[in-house]
Order: sequence, then structure tokens, then C-alpha cells
Amino acid sequence: MRVLIMAKEGEQSDAATPPTPEAMADYQKFNEELVKAGVVLEAGRLYPSSQSKRVRFDGKKRTVIDGPFAETKELVAGYWLWQVRSIDEALEWLKRAPYDGGTFEIREVVEYEGI
Amino acid sequence: MAGPSRSARSSSTRVYEGALAIGPGNGDRPDGPGRRETAVTEAHHAIEAIWRIESARLIAGLARVVGDIGMAEELAQDALVAALEQWPTEGVPERPGAWLMGTAKHRAIDLIRRRKTLERKHEEIGRHAERAQEGLDLETAIDQEVEDDLLGLIFMACHPVLSTDTRVALTLRVLGGLTTEEIARAFLVPVSTIAQRIVRAKRTLAEAHVRFEVPGGAERIARLASVLEVIYLIFNEGYSATAGKDWVRPALCEEALRLGRILAELVPAEPEVHGVVALMEIQASRLGARVGPSGEPVLLLDQDRARWDRLLIRRGLAALERAEGLGGALGPYALQAAIAACHARATIASETDWPRIVALYDAVAQLAPSSVVELNRAVAVGMAFGPAAGLELVDALVHEPTLKSYYLLPAVRGDLLRKVGRSEEARVEFERAASLTENVRERELLEKRAAECAAEHMVGQSGVVVEGNPPPRVGF
Repeated sequence: MRVLIMAKEGEQSDAATPPTPEAMADYQKFNEELVKAGVVLEAGRLYPSSQSKRVRFDGKKRTVIDGPFAETKELVAGYWLWQVRSIDEALEWLKRAPYDGGTFEIREVVEYEGI
Repeated sequence: MAGPSRSARSSSTRVYEGALAIGPGNGDRPDGPGRRETAVTEAHHAIEAIWRIESARLIAGLARVVGDIGMAEELAQDALVAALEQWPTEGVPERPGAWLMGTAKHRAIDLIRRRKTLERKHEEIGRHAERAQEGLDLETAIDQEVEDDLLGLIFMACHPVLSTDTRVALTLRVLGGLTTEEIARAFLVPVSTIAQRIVRAKRTLAEAHVRFEVPGGAERIARLASVLEVIYLIFNEGYSATAGKDWVRPALCEEALRLGRILAELVPAEPEVHGVVALMEIQASRLGARVGPSGEPVLLLDQDRARWDRLLIRRGLAALERAEGLGGALGPYALQAAIAACHARATIASETDWPRIVALYDAVAQLAPSSVVELNRAVAVGMAFGPAAGLELVDALVHEPTLKSYYLLPAVRGDLLRKVGRSEEARVEFERAASLTENVRERELLEKRAAECAAEHMVGQSGVVVEGNPPPRVGF
């Protein structure tokens, strides 16, 4: 199965301070381990919500809202797409990630509809 | 680190099989087990997932030390049994992989002591067991070792001394971390068949004194070919199931892709490894599009290309670029990947660069000549230069002994005959193809084609002029 991992780092996602070199090195080491295990399909980091926009749909009307957005806990700061055999496997991998804060969400991607 | 003694093994092994048989949702029943039992179930789910992540590395590390896959797997399972007994109450350790390895290596020492094996070997194991627990400072050194171990295990499980069937079963078991039951289910064969294959594989390896090693030079190339063959076979069994009622079984494709991706990281300088990965990624990108609403096969040129997985196409094209970037002439897998890429790059079927596909098949035919490749080439020629040209090539293959019972020969010939307006002959070919395939879905599709040809023939007989050609179809 394919899962999307969303990093909801809370306030950190909008923090002006970039991650420390040590934190980046730890992350890269972990990501490399995942790649070597054939787990990672894709990975990405997102710019802060101050540089983002939202579009709200209401019938024919479209409203554009400029960032930053207030609900920092729900803001996604980065993502992974993983290929795993079960949610449990994703959970075991995620627990090994070198983070000391934030919330990470695991969602299964709908695939092969009709098979 | 202390686990149950070895004498407890036979009863504990049942615990292990039982734990891995726990399906999802067992702990979710509202009237279900109490909190303690739920915690145990949760721990079992975690252990199952950890086994999937760690087992290959664990078995690989042990196989290097004891030199025997069978014993390595037993030791790894002993460690798993210890985990099943201890983790539900004591909690999952912080580094479960190191815990399992440490436990298994202690068992290995016990075992070898008892068997009074060579002192030298004993010391080697002791050194490794200590090293496994020394922690972070040695981690980098061990990481490197782990990669070599994994490669050694792959080469051993895919050793040419083993038959293809046993190589596939052993690879899925020791590298994929699948249970015998799961492998049997995937291949639609009885559990006992797979169990026997695995036993036979281990025995053959031991009897042939196959060494745990990463071969170099010319041997490496030959051994690598054997590995790639196993991986692509697993993929193909999922991609176009040779038997059963399903046309595709994505789980097998995913297993093969995972093995291929792991191998590509282990031996990044081998172009054919990237070639086989590229081929699998691109083919897998079509998985969702090659099955219709009621499970029937949808052939390449009839597929809704909007349903192709762009992520896998992108990954496949990147892998192909890696293969090409390593220099030298492309090998058979990379060439097939290049052909698959021609399809992937065409946003609509009519944009397919068929002359390039013909040229690529020419190259495949030179490197790895086979009548199946000739048949594929004939299809491409039919698309590039007209059905009559393709038919001429297929007609030359009709008496080819290796294609005698290959259903795609009459299927392709039927397509080409139909396109040149010989619908009655086409019907006979489709019916013959239907009788040769063992896949129910494919048979239905071929029977439908035969019926369409019969109808066209009737129309032709009654003197009605049919405008235009029937839609182009190929069997691949």
C-alpha cells in the first residue's frame, strides 16, 4: 500500500529559523535508510504558510485567501509518500524518525480502484 | 537479552506462526478482548511490522556468520519468538533491530558451542555479537557491513544452482519477509508446495556448499542476471497472472518493486539493475488502467492514459536515465524499459513512436534473441509499417516449437488477420488463443474477440461494406 506521511510541525512549520545542520543531517540519514529499504517514493518540504494561498469554493464563487494561516497545528510542513505493506509498517518506520517535536499523520492512499 | 531456551523452540514457533496470522481489526471488536489483550495484540502487530522491516537484514547478518541460510533463518525466528514473549509485557525496545540481532547472535554462540564447531568461527561470532551492542560509534561500520550482508543474502537466495521456482520462493521468504502461507496465497499453490520448495532450496544450497559471498568480476555479472530474473519473475506473476481468476495481483508487483529498489541502492553502478527497476516502475504505472470495471483486462492501446500513475512513470524514466547515464550499451532490461518508456511518453496511443520501438526490439533481438521477442517485434512492425508487414513476420513464427502453446502467438496473429480483413481466420486464431490461456479473464477477452470476428465475417458475407479499420489492438 501507499501511504502519505504529513509532518504537522505546529509552530515550527512557520518558524523563521531553518532546521539546524545537525537536525538536517539526522533527517537525511533517516531518509537514506528509508530509500535503501525501498520505502520512499517521494519526499518534499513545504515553504511556510506565509507564502501560500487558499482557494475557497462556494457554488460558483471562488475566494482567494492569502497566508499566513492561523491554525498552525494543522499546517503541513513536509510530506513523504511511502510504499509499505501495512499501516503498522509505516508506524514502525515513523517511530524511528529523528524528531523531537511535532505531529505526523499517516494516511493510506486509495489505489487500484476496481482491482 | 535473555530469551527462552532453545528447547522451547518448537512450541514457540507455533506462537510465531499464530502471531503473524493475526489479521487487521482483531483488536477493534467492541465486545472484544480487554485492555491487556488489546495491548498484546498491538504488540503483535508491531512485532509483525518490525519483522517485515528487519528480517532480511537479520537473516543476512546471521547467514554471513553461520554460512547457512536455513540455520540463519531458524536463529532469526528464535529471536522473533523471544520478542513475542518479552515485548508484549516489557514493551518494544528502542532499537528493535539491534535487539533481535543481539538475541539471535547469542543463540548462534550457544548453538555453535554446543555443536563444538571450530574455535575460530566461535570467536568471530563473539566479536560480532559484542559489536552489535557497542552502539552508535560503530554504527557506520556496521551499516556498511549490513549492506554487504544483504547483498550476500540476495546472491545466495538467487543462486543459479537452485531452480527458478525455488529461487523465487526462497527470495520472497528470506528477503521479502513473507510467510510460507503468504507466498502460497500469492502464487495460488498449496502451502505444502512452497514449504517443500523452501526446504529443497536450503538443502540444495547446503549440499552444493554455496558460500555466503558477494561475487566479483565475470561471476558477479552472471549471478546478478540470476537475481534480476527472480525479481522480474515475481513482478510478472503479479502483472499478468498466469493462472487464476484475477488478471493482476498488485501485491506481488509491489514486492518485486521493493526488492528492485533495494537492489538498486545496494549496487548503484550496475546499469541493468536500474534497467529492471525502470521496466517495473513503468509497467506498474499502468496497473490501475489495465483492469476494467468488472475485472476484465484492458490492453495497452485501449487504456485510459489519464489513469496511468505519473509518479511511477517519473520514477521509471529517472531509473532509465540512471541506467543510460552509466554508459555502455543498454542491456535487455534497460532496452525493454526504453520500449515501455516510448509508451509512457505518448499522451495518446496514436502518438506512440512505433518506428523507435521496432528499432529497440531489433536491439533486444540481437542481445537476447528469442521467439517471444520476435513476436513482440512483429506487433511493433505491424503498428509502424502496417498490419500486412507484421503478419508476414508472425506467419514466419507459426511453426516455432517454443511458441507452440504460447497463447499470445494466435492472439497477435488474430489481431493482424482481423486488421487486414481476414475475420474468419482471425476468429479461429482467437479461439485457439482462448483455449491456450489459463487466466480466466484473458480467456473471456479472447472469446469476445472471436465473437466480434464472427459478427464481422457475417457482415462481410452479407455484402455490407464496412467503413474504416477496426480499432488497433496489440496483445501487450
